[in-house]
Amino acid sequence: MTRSTIEITTTPDDHKVARLAALAIGLHLAEAVFPSPLPGVKPGIANIVTLYVLYRFDFATAAWVSILRVLASSLLLGNFLSPAFALSLSGTLASLAMLTLAMRLPQRYFGPVSLSVLAAFAHIAGQLLVVRLWLIPHAGVAYLIPIFAAAALFFGTINGMIAARLLNPAGEPHA
Amino acid sequence: MSRWKSFPRPLSGDWLVLGISMAVVVVLFATLWRPEHAAKLQIRDRSGIFATFSLAQDRSIEVPGPLGVSHITIHQGQVRFTQSPCHNQYCVHQGWLSHAGQVAVCLPNQISLELLGGEKNYDSLNY
Repeated sequence: MTRSTIEITTTPDDHKVARLAALAIGLHLAEAVFPSPLPGVKPGIANIVTLYVLYRFDFATAAWVSILRVLASSLLLGNFLSPAFALSLSGTLASLAMLTLAMRLPQRYFGPVSLSVLAAFAHIAGQLLVVRLWLIPHAGVAYLIPIFAAAALFFGTINGMIAARLLNPAGEPHA
Repeated sequence: MSRWKSFPRPLSGDWLVLGISMAVVVVLFATLWRPEHAAKLQIRDRSGIFATFSLAQDRSIEVPGPLGVSHITIHQGQVRFTQSPCHNQYCVHQGWLSHAGQVAVCLPNQISLELLGGEKNYDSLNY
């Protein structure tokens, strides 16, 4: 047997990203088990990991973790390159774009809850854009917007509060 | 002591974001879920648009399809399939339609009705 000549050198940063992405993938898969009343309305608990990473590390790490999560979860769920994958990816890219902007808000006043809610809105906006332009090019899609927006507000708030709690376990006021 | 106390309190900016988001959601519901009364009826058959009628006048319309003639009635701003040669009669059971965007389809006879609002929303945009 010939020894494999391909050797990938990894840095501690890669390991960190992989560990965090694995955590996010675990949450994503756990959530995929639960049925949803309306396709697309999901709590998105994996985004708690994205927020946590954004605060603890930096934006690049958060982007790596969340894009790897989308890719790996789609492979595990068997919907890689399917419409569901396109929705997942467009939502994630839109919310990452929103996070780059929201990060610049003064941290004294805007905490994880703000970022979570804004990212959740960007997520559904990115998804609905793909739905409208590609999957269901019909004006009737507009009827779904209020439901998705309400879900984004609700779950975005809860995820943001959980992220805030994880980042600040003692419940002390933000420094 | 409640476990909720261990959640950090949202900051003032967070309340601002939550307030604005809530207002946006309410406005979205108010604008997008307001049923608009239809002004026009568009009938399609297998070859495309068969005809477009105003809902202001009561009338009955006969549309020929592969199975026979479907009867469609406009009455006081409402529309329905009144008679159809199809087997399952789903189109007739759909009943009266009055809001813009509502659709009734008779697949066996390849005829569909769509109610249009005063101004038709774009159904596609090209750049």
